[in-house]
Amino acid sequence: MDINTVRGIITIVVTVAFIGIVLWAYSAKRKSNFDEAANLPFQDDETDARSIQESGTNKS
Amino acid sequence: MNTASANETYNYKVVRQFAIMTVVWGIVGMAVGVLIAAQLVWPDLNTQYPWFHFGRLRPLHTNAVIFAFGGSALFATSYYAVQRTTQARLFSDGLAAFTFWGWQLVILLAAITLPLGITSAKEYAELEWPIDILIAVVWVSYAIVFFGTIMKRKMKHIYVANWFFGAFIITVAVLHIGNSLAVPVHFAKSYSIYPGAIDAMIQWWYGHNAVGFFLTAGFLGIMYYFVPKQAERPVYSYRLSIVHFWALISIYIWAGPHHLHYSALPNWAQSAGMVMSLVLLAPSWGGMINGMMTLSGAWHKLRTDPVLRFLVVSLSFYGMSTFEGPMMSIKTVNALSHNTDWTIGHVHSGALGWVAMVSIGALYHLIPRLYGLTAMYSSNLVNIHFWLSTIGTVLYIASMWVNGIMQGLMWRAVNADGTLTYSFVEALNASYPGYMVRALGGFIFLAGMFLMAYNVYKTITQKEAVAIDGVAQTA
Repeated sequence: MDINTVRGIITIVVTVAFIGIVLWAYSAKRKSNFDEAANLPFQDDETDARSIQESGTNKS
Repeated sequence: MNTASANETYNYKVVRQFAIMTVVWGIVGMAVGVLIAAQLVWPDLNTQYPWFHFGRLRPLHTNAVIFAFGGSALFATSYYAVQRTTQARLFSDGLAAFTFWGWQLVILLAAITLPLGITSAKEYAELEWPIDILIAVVWVSYAIVFFGTIMKRKMKHIYVANWFFGAFIITVAVLHIGNSLAVPVHFAKSYSIYPGAIDAMIQWWYGHNAVGFFLTAGFLGIMYYFVPKQAERPVYSYRLSIVHFWALISIYIWAGPHHLHYSALPNWAQSAGMVMSLVLLAPSWGGMINGMMTLSGAWHKLRTDPVLRFLVVSLSFYGMSTFEGPMMSIKTVNALSHNTDWTIGHVHSGALGWVAMVSIGALYHLIPRLYGLTAMYSSNLVNIHFWLSTIGTVLYIASMWVNGIMQGLMWRAVNADGTLTYSFVEALNASYPGYMVRALGGFIFLAGMFLMAYNVYKTITQKEAVAIDGVAQTA
């Protein structure tokens, strides 16, 4: 196979992959999942507080 | 969901160790930077001893700021964010402690060998093979701790910051091992297994992805955790963050050849590197916009919160340098900018403006929280530090732009008969004012780091503090 045919095919594959990722990420079905994921940094205050207390560095 | 973990705690010890060492190595690395900037203004500072020569101290500066300062910042923030977003303790405390002491040993060995002139002469990969093996062992341990923690997570999702940290850890392992393959001659000397132009290509595949994955993907992980935390709102668009991730990591890896324009590298590879670098503008700006827009509806917080100011201004510098980078990768622009101070300015717009400022902002968020406090000892000092950093960076990059474009134009100027208009020394002479301003800008940035060290010390040792629960504490 000619090298330029390979290059053409790869360009198409990459374009399709990119469009696929965008469609996947922006599909309405996944919105609630992603909203949940986006809130992950705000959900672990108890473990955090316990870790501070355990290590004895709490200023108390 | 959390029933099994009622008594689980996080490993904050290793996070604290790395966080403190980030400040220490920041000061050391930047102080060496100010010294070598001063050597370019006052050559006598090179002294008669070879160990203090610019050529030996320059790799010490780059290794110290990238791997000691930046590396410690990445270890601290990734260990912190991965625990807090997976709600799981680090996979292994022992292995985590090994990564800390192992990494400090690597830095110490670098600080000894580089001034002695022991070097493989590969930019950002100067360390000789025994140290390279140690780095590889520490790095694989890091990967085990990080991904082991992710496997312990209690929820289905892996938060986006961990995707960026994960990509950074895997890719740096591949890059480091690939580029460091060498034939040892004795314990302090080795030769690359790659010949000629292939060696150059492997080196800049490594070199540019040290920028793309060490200095970008890792610090984007910091952005995706610490900007939402400090702004107290989730990231602007989680969907955009997914597209951002896949686009960024799949394109960055191809950009390396732009370091080798007009060289012995085949022309098609140069053009491919240039085109990929141009495409890279899109995911870079997508990520920057995602970080910035996280503040939409909360812009007023910038007026009162200097920590948030650090994070947001770092994103502005990120946007600026990821615009500048693709422009400089265009071959005709590169013909002007290559080997001039413009390159140095571009690197520092990314290194000081983006990498250092996002790290400093993250540390100002992180350090008080690691000690059960809500804020740093002095918010005022954080604010002064912010202005010192911003002014220092602007002075640095503006002087290097002026120098770089001037040098490029003087070097290429020809008379009607085809002879060069200027000798090299004339261009060097014209660069002195810029070198002066650059040293001043670097010094101002370094001064801010000393304020930070003082502030961190007072935060950790203060007796009267307001704890997380908002009650003033007395003992």
